[in-house]
Amino acid sequence: MALIESRDLTIGYTKPLMEHLDFQVERGDVFLVLGGSGTGKSTMLRTMIGLQPPLGGSIELEGVGDPAELDGKRPRFGVSFQAGALFGSMTIAQNVALPLEQWTDLDDSTIQGIVAGKLRLVGLEPAANRLPSELSGGMLKRAGIARALALENDLLFLDEPSAGLDPVTASELDDLLLTLNQALGLTLVVVTHELESIYRIGTRCILLDRDTRGIIAEGDPRVLRDESADPRVRAFFHRESVAKEVTA
Amino acid sequence: MRPLVEILQTPGGERALRLHGELALDDASRLRRDLAAALADGPVAVLDLEGVDRMEGAAASVLADALCASGAPPRVEGAAADVASIVDLYWRDCSPEAQAPRRRSGFLSEVGEALLETVGTLRNMLAFIGQLFGALLAGLRRPASIEWGAVGRQVERHGADGLPIVCVIGSLMGLITAFQAAIQLRKFGADAFVADLVSLSLTRELAPLMTAIVVAGRSGAAIAAEIGTMKVSEEVDALRTLGICPHRFLVFPRIFALLLVLPLLTLAGDLVGIVSGALVATSTLEIGMRNFLISTQEALVPADILGGLLKASVFGVFIAGIACERGLAARGGAEGVGRSTTSAVVSMLFWLVLLDALFAVFFNVWGIY
Repeated sequence: MALIESRDLTIGYTKPLMEHLDFQVERGDVFLVLGGSGTGKSTMLRTMIGLQPPLGGSIELEGVGDPAELDGKRPRFGVSFQAGALFGSMTIAQNVALPLEQWTDLDDSTIQGIVAGKLRLVGLEPAANRLPSELSGGMLKRAGIARALALENDLLFLDEPSAGLDPVTASELDDLLLTLNQALGLTLVVVTHELESIYRIGTRCILLDRDTRGIIAEGDPRVLRDESADPRVRAFFHRESVAKEVTA
Repeated sequence: MRPLVEILQTPGGERALRLHGELALDDASRLRRDLAAALADGPVAVLDLEGVDRMEGAAASVLADALCASGAPPRVEGAAADVASIVDLYWRDCSPEAQAPRRRSGFLSEVGEALLETVGTLRNMLAFIGQLFGALLAGLRRPASIEWGAVGRQVERHGADGLPIVCVIGSLMGLITAFQAAIQLRKFGADAFVADLVSLSLTRELAPLMTAIVVAGRSGAAIAAEIGTMKVSEEVDALRTLGICPHRFLVFPRIFALLLVLPLLTLAGDLVGIVSGALVATSTLEIGMRNFLISTQEALVPADILGGLLKASVFGVFIAGIACERGLAARGGAEGVGRSTTSAVVSMLFWLVLLDALFAVFFNVWGIY
């Protein structure tokens, strides 16, 4: 059974952004949601994690119900937001400890030990007692990943994890994601349009297209890059502009 | 001054537009006027740029804008390489869609949009109240799920930290009331009633309302801005993905805090205001401090003070509720947070005055005052 299964899914706010989407995420995948700016990638992520109800169709997690049942229930997945979305009045360690305090009966010293381990995993243990406002963009993203890992869920959603980072920091973050996937066996669903990250970490992807409001390609991103004959797919993977003809 | 633009006929009989000289940023306005005059009689088929020595981006923008708007872009002739490249660059989006002006909305559509926005706001408020009650019931079933630890922090922030300004305002209210009462009552030889007027007006009306207004401006705006910022920076979404209800984590601690804090601040305002009024009365009228305090004691009954404190509690719940609701409705970045905060303060002030009027009516009908 697929870990996530979308059937005839329509996403959007008042008007549909994408329609009739069918795809599956298998356990152990690094599944990428790709597309240009404004195609609805982030809306897709919000729909997958239950923050935005679908306009039609369904999306199921492990064949059970709707991931939209969020408030008041122990989450079945972790989410890393684009800018970390850490709580500004709490230290990094307190941010990571929050889900453990909410959903487990562990004593404080055990929680502190787990938090230290998660922060060590993402390379942020020295920053445990700093506030989010004292961290760089890359550190905020890593702290967000540590918080998303706190409850030991084996599914992690990430919204543009390497966007806005310098190449070295982006590469380090890709290394971390590969470690999570390969060493810990986590399934990752990543929204991105960073080509280097796509080829490095992705095992499967869907490519969204604004004009057709649907999926125009699905599969291994490296195979799509090398073998797709669709000019829209080639334009995306080969960073070619679809330039309008100059009229002058 | 030589015009920058002239209209010619080509040997083939086509209408041509010829430009001259160096077209820089400072020439853009003149160029726009000259182009408008030259193109008033219709589009041109040829753009002759042979006489242009240099063209800056601003001039190219104005040229592209005028020619695109007049119809199909003309054929460019005689342009030097650097001039041709800049014209080419600025004409990339010379399409009807790119040139379409942004539609200005008329009066009726603005009224309609405002009405829809008001209906949307009311719907959101009702939804918020429903969600709040749902979360309250769930919280009562599992009290540990409410962030009680945050209540203490909020009490300190909105209560202890707000005490000095409430005392200052309370003392000024007492001072003003005593002065006004002394002037008017002296005319009728009723100086002895200054204490009654000061104590009753402060405990029943002035202290609860002024304290609530101060707290709305100070704490209500801060709560709306804080939660609004959390909303636009996805922190509220992050809470939900952690399975934590934003109402129980963010809203309840603030509501409980202001429910506790407002009556306490009001009581402080009552005391400081009466003492301030007593100082004014003893210094300007022939009333001793002891007589003032005895008159105050005789004038006040517990219902006066308790009624004021009850009002303050309700004011506190409304201030926190409105601030949280507006904050959670924020969207669209820093500007959206500013809009939500302004909207929260305006709504709070309106509701405070309305509630005070309703309390005045009910207390009168029930015979409490």
